[in-house]
Amino acid sequence: MSNIILISILSMGGLGLLLGAGLAIASKQLAVETDPKADAILEVLPGANCGACGYPGCSGAAKAIAEGRAPVNTCPVGGEAVAKKVAKIMGVDDIGASGDRKIARVLCQGGNNEAKTKAEYHGVKTCKAASMVNGGPKACPFGCLGFGDCTIVCPVDAIIMGDNGLPVIDEQKCIGCGLCAEACPKNVLALVSEKNEVWVSCRATMKPKETRQVCSKGCIACKQCEKVCPFDAVHVNNNVAVIDYEKCRSCMLCVEKCPTKSIVSAFSQRKKAVIIEEKCTGCTVCARNCPVKAITGEVKKVHTVNPELCIGCGICQEKCRMNAIEMVRDGEKEIKTNNKCATAK
Amino acid sequence: MAKELFFIIVGSIFVNNFVFSRFLGNCPFLGVSNKTETAIGMGIATTFVLTMTGVAAYLIQNYVLVPFGLEDFLQIVAFILVIASLVQLVEMIVLKVSPTLYNAFGIFLPLITTNCIVMAVALLIPLNNYNLVESIALGFGAGVGFTLALALMSGIREELEFADVPDALKGPAIVFITAGLLSMIFLGFTGLVPLA
Repeated sequence: MSNIILISILSMGGLGLLLGAGLAIASKQLAVETDPKADAILEVLPGANCGACGYPGCSGAAKAIAEGRAPVNTCPVGGEAVAKKVAKIMGVDDIGASGDRKIARVLCQGGNNEAKTKAEYHGVKTCKAASMVNGGPKACPFGCLGFGDCTIVCPVDAIIMGDNGLPVIDEQKCIGCGLCAEACPKNVLALVSEKNEVWVSCRATMKPKETRQVCSKGCIACKQCEKVCPFDAVHVNNNVAVIDYEKCRSCMLCVEKCPTKSIVSAFSQRKKAVIIEEKCTGCTVCARNCPVKAITGEVKKVHTVNPELCIGCGICQEKCRMNAIEMVRDGEKEIKTNNKCATAK
Repeated sequence: MAKELFFIIVGSIFVNNFVFSRFLGNCPFLGVSNKTETAIGMGIATTFVLTMTGVAAYLIQNYVLVPFGLEDFLQIVAFILVIASLVQLVEMIVLKVSPTLYNAFGIFLPLITTNCIVMAVALLIPLNNYNLVESIALGFGAGVGFTLALALMSGIREELEFADVPDALKGPAIVFITAGLLSMIFLGFTGLVPLA
C-alpha cells in the first residue's frame, strides 16, 4: 500500500518536474523579446482587465501605449494618477487632458414601492432571463427589473441592490467601465459624465397617463421643468424630459419643481455663491443677473448672497468683473473661508 | 491496418463526432461559432493540440502509467498535467515561429486546455488499446470533426443573423435548437463504421 503511494508521488512528481523543467527551458529558448516598457506599464495599470479603454485587457492597452499607438492617459479607470506614472515610463511630461470621469447612473426610480408589476415572475432570477418573458414582470416596459445583473458584472463591487429593489451605485468606487450598462437588458444603467449633476431618472416614453398608471416616480411630461429652467436646458421630448448638458448649470431648480421627483440630483452637492468682501465693489451686476434674486446690496456697497435662495448656477461668477464671487459646495465651504481669512491677514 | 485507421478517422469525424454524437466540447462549440473565420481558426488550433495529445496520451499511458501500475487512479491527473504543459509549449512555439498565427489564435490557444474533447481523446486511447499511429489518427480525426462542427455551426449562425427568429427564441435558444438539429442529422451516419 505504502509502496503505491510512494510510486504515485514519485512518478507524478517526476513527471511534473520534467514537464516544468521542459517548459522552463522552452521559455528561455523560445523567449520572444517583449517591450520592457509594455511590462512596466502593465505594472502600473489597475489590472482589472475591464476593457473600458477599448483594448483587450490591461496587457493589450499596455502594449498599445508602449508602441505609441495609444496616449498615456488611455486608461480611463486609473485617471490622472495612472496617466502620470505611465507618462514617467514613456518619458513624456504631458499626460494629456484628463478626460472627465465617467460614472454609471441608474435611470429608473421605479423600485418595489413605486412601480407596479403586471405579473408574478418565478423564473430564473436574472434580469436577462426575466426580460425575455414578455419584457419582465414590471408594468413599465422601461423599468428596472431589480434582479441585479449589474451587481454581478461590476468588477469593483460598486453596485449593490438597495432595499427597494433598485441598484445603488457607489460613485466613489465606480470606475466607469460600462460593463453594467452592457449587462442591463433594459438599458436602465447609463455611463455619463460625472459633471452632469442633474439627470432625468426615467426613460418611459409612454403617454403620460400610462406612465402615471404604472409608476409613481415616472416622468409624466408635465413640462414644469421646462418652465422653471432659467437656461432653457430641459425639454420634454417624446413624453420624457431630456436635459441638454451644454446648457444645464446644475441649478437643480427642475429637481425641486418636478412633481413626480423623476429628475434627480445630489442636493447636498449644490453649489452656493460666496462673495469675497474685499474684492466686491458693489457694481450690482451680479444682483441684476441673478435669475432667482438671491443677491442683494446697495450700489457701491458689498453685496450679500442669500444662501437660502441661491441655486448655484454660477451666472454671477461669470458676470462679476472683479472676480469677487466664488462657487462653493457645502462641504468645501469651511476650507474656502478659512483660506480667505488667511489671505486677509 | 489501413482499413482500421480509416475507420478511426472517419468514425471520429462523422459517426462519433465529438460534438454532435458525444456532446463534448460544447462550450467552445457554442462560444466561438459566431464567425466562420474565428471558428475555423479555433478548429485548426484544436486539431493541432488534439493530434499532439494523441501522441502524449499514448506515451504517458504506456511508458509511465502502466509500468508503475497507476493507470487506474492517476490517469486523469497525469493527462491534465501533460495536456496543460503541452498547450503551454504549443503556445510558446507558435509565438516564436509565427507571431501572425499566434495573433490569429489569440485567446483560443490557452482555452483549448479546458476543452473536454482533449480529455476525451486522451482517455479513449487507453480504453480502446490504440497503438501510437491509431492514437494520432484518433486525435487528428477528433480535431477535424470539431473543426467541421464549428464550421457548420458558424455558417448557420451567420445566416441566422438575417433570419426572422421569434422573440422568445432569440439568442442562445435558437443556437441550442440548431445544435440539436445538427446532432440529429449526424445520427444519419450511424452504422457507417463499427462503433469505436
